[in-house]
Amino acid sequence: MTVTITVNGADHALDVDPATPLLYVLRDDLELNGAKYGCGLGQCGACTVHIDGKPAFSCLTPVGAVAGRRIRTVEGLGSAEAPGLLQQAFETEQAAQCGYCIAGMLMRAQALLDRNPDPDEAQIRAHMQTNLCRCGTHMRILRAIRRAVAMRKGVQAAQEIRP
Amino acid sequence: MLHHLIRQAAQHGFGDGLSLTPLPAPSRRGFLKAIGAGAGALVVGAHLPMPALAAEAAPKIVGPADPRPHAFVIVAPDNTVTVLAKHLDKGQGIVTGLATIVAEEIDADWSQVRGAFAPADQKLYANHFFGVQGTGGSTAVANSWDELRMAGAAARAMLVAAASARWKVPAGEVTVSKGVVRHAASNRSATFGELAEEAAKLPVPQQVKLKEQKDYVLIGKPDLHRLDHISKTNGTAIFSMDIRRPGQVTAVLARSPRFGGTVKSVDDAAARKVPGVIEVISLPVGVAVIAKNTWAAMKGREALTVAWDDAKAETRGTDAMLADYRKTAEKPGSVAANKGDADKAIADAKAKGGHAVDGEFVFPYLAHAPMEPLNAVVALNPEGGCTIWAGSQFQTVEQMTAAHILGCKPEQVKIETQWAGGSFGRRATTNADYIAEAVMIAKAYPKAPVHLVWTREDDIKGGRYRPLFLHRITAAVDAKGALVGWKQRIVGQSFMAGTPFEAVMVKDGVDATMVEGASDMAYPVANLAVDAHTVASPVTTLWWRSVGHTHTAYAKEVMIDRLAKAAGKDPVAFRMEMLKDHPRLAGVLKLAAEKAGWGQPLAQGKGRGVAVHESFNTYVAHVADVTVDAKGQIKVDRIVVAVDCGEVVNPDIVKAQMEGGAGWGIGHALRGEITMTDGVVDQANFDSYLPLRMSDMPVVEVHIVPSHERPTGAGEPGVPTVAPAVANAVFSVTGQPLQTLPFSRGGIVS
Repeated sequence: MTVTITVNGADHALDVDPATPLLYVLRDDLELNGAKYGCGLGQCGACTVHIDGKPAFSCLTPVGAVAGRRIRTVEGLGSAEAPGLLQQAFETEQAAQCGYCIAGMLMRAQALLDRNPDPDEAQIRAHMQTNLCRCGTHMRILRAIRRAVAMRKGVQAAQEIRP
Repeated sequence: MLHHLIRQAAQHGFGDGLSLTPLPAPSRRGFLKAIGAGAGALVVGAHLPMPALAAEAAPKIVGPADPRPHAFVIVAPDNTVTVLAKHLDKGQGIVTGLATIVAEEIDADWSQVRGAFAPADQKLYANHFFGVQGTGGSTAVANSWDELRMAGAAARAMLVAAASARWKVPAGEVTVSKGVVRHAASNRSATFGELAEEAAKLPVPQQVKLKEQKDYVLIGKPDLHRLDHISKTNGTAIFSMDIRRPGQVTAVLARSPRFGGTVKSVDDAAARKVPGVIEVISLPVGVAVIAKNTWAAMKGREALTVAWDDAKAETRGTDAMLADYRKTAEKPGSVAANKGDADKAIADAKAKGGHAVDGEFVFPYLAHAPMEPLNAVVALNPEGGCTIWAGSQFQTVEQMTAAHILGCKPEQVKIETQWAGGSFGRRATTNADYIAEAVMIAKAYPKAPVHLVWTREDDIKGGRYRPLFLHRITAAVDAKGALVGWKQRIVGQSFMAGTPFEAVMVKDGVDATMVEGASDMAYPVANLAVDAHTVASPVTTLWWRSVGHTHTAYAKEVMIDRLAKAAGKDPVAFRMEMLKDHPRLAGVLKLAAEKAGWGQPLAQGKGRGVAVHESFNTYVAHVADVTVDAKGQIKVDRIVVAVDCGEVVNPDIVKAQMEGGAGWGIGHALRGEITMTDGVVDQANFDSYLPLRMSDMPVVEVHIVPSHERPTGAGEPGVPTVAPAVANAVFSVTGQPLQTLPFSRGGIVS
């Protein structure tokens, strides 16, 4: 059957089994590689995307359930030419090793910052608990999120003083 | 030890028909085509004879012994400098590391430097420690250091020669800095790109001068950014999981739930009815379900009914296996080290006012579980052979294995190495396991490119584990508190047994990877007896980040703290006394202790522990700070690590490897274990094989010893001492040594 989903602002009509997890549709049908398969069980967070602004495990979300809802993937955060603030912060902190978990980390963290622009360390750690990194970049990831918070404040400060 | 033996194995061939036939040297043109370099590119490599690598100090001037134009660096007319990495980058940052070495010698600007994976080619790209092209044992920088410095220096000399010819000025007056070639007197300059075509026509110099350490611009720079980070933060970095060839199908494989089981019968009627399933094929390695996409392949496999023949399978559980290990440990094993008379020394110590300490250590099976589950894409080529896209770690072993399966020549197998989502040893196997599976499926289903995907469950249940190990140790200090005797017995599986490596990796019944770090311990024990029992099981095992040191360093360092306590000595002081002849080990121990504030009083419930060890020619000490709460639950608060890995190419990457090593060591020590019931693995995914999470990760402070010794490695050596440092910190609070891993078994970790 045909399911229409909206990903990063673009509509896609797909002939797909509605029970198929969104992750495989994003990857196999739309060739959006950012969201990754890591466990298929909502245990690692590598597949994290936003659905209507909230973080979700795309490996557990049937595509039929997200028709007409806003889906955002890491590709929607920014590009090499115009990286998002959080992406810049991750790059500045060199917060990736193998990098396979990073898209999920970014999406998970972005959802927090969208909801709470100034989270403390404990809030960040608790929020990021769902996402696994096997390389041990945890401290850099936490630092990158804090850096993004500071950068956003800096941007806001700069905007506020602009005439 | 490991490197030496792997090299021997390579020289002796792999058996199984996978002999290491040297490939003919490719022509320059053919090679340029193979690596996709366009016309007008300057391509330089260097071939280094093995003896030079054994030299203690890096030579200042080296003449490339073999001037064949094989490539490590491509200077293109578009002014990019692309460094070809013969090693796999699985997160350890080696593409950046290798590029830094070349960029330093060629004097490139970092912004013009690119990295790319070299093709599989034994002759050009063998790891000098292994004899085959492969990554492991923290050897990548160590074995590339000389050849890449020479390649960079040769390319620089050719650019200088081209500028000298163009401007008709003496080459000695031409300088290079940040990718710009200059002649100051005539105020002329040119970019690398502008000179690339002319430089490419010049002969490769016979002699090159390498930079003095004091002139380094990029090597040792603390804030050089990695080449892979922009793509890894915007979703454009390509892993083999992301490869999609035209018409590609996805395969999953049903494997025996018990190790050593084989397919008895298959009912695939229901699987074939699953929408999207294309084909079901029985193979010696299992039953392959081929489908038009991942989801259909997974659903198809769920619908399969397979009966397995367990006649040769492991049917014991891990508790029964451990009980068998304990029985085995009652008898003497094969001798790995024997100095003096350990029994007598221990008895004498006890009789004369000293103390003996006994310890039994249990280390569980552990899965590597890299974030990217194993997968590979294989496309058969119409003219024979195939192309493989994978996070290929033993490229030429995989090339030869694929050729063996397909009945073609190794050079007909092209390997497109991709960024790998972790490995920790898992991707480096002596029989190319998952890639061999993918090639077998592609051979059986030649109609389309095949992407074999392991699910996480396949990965956790799929074996190739760090082996289950039992250690029994008795050691003694004399009345003065000096370590006088050490007796150690190690029981476990050899992952070299039954592989083509066995003949050379196992000497006198002892697999060197089982006893490394124990039989050759740095502490000067006059009476040392280490023996080992190699037990057999169909459960497949493999090296796992830091190999034998994962268990030998742990047992040794926990015992040392118990002996220090018995001797009434401070753990750091006790070690320092014994490391007088090991200045680099003593150096990291001193540094870590100082930085951690060793000796300062701690609050109630807080503990501090230390461990020090050499592995892979790198010296590491850890100091761990822990909290033990009122309920006896532990939390790791801080890790201080000191590392001496010789000349450091990229300090931030070494730092990252130490941070990662700490996370790896702590995560598995806390809760990591693979257990089996009646031969079936109890864990399946990250809900049962419990990984380190954000809440577990302590602050990690890394201190690097400044050094101009030859560079060694950083990927593995950051692991062995972190868990025993944590255990010793807990011991300092509770007085209870932690000798059974993981710690969760003792109820001290939630």
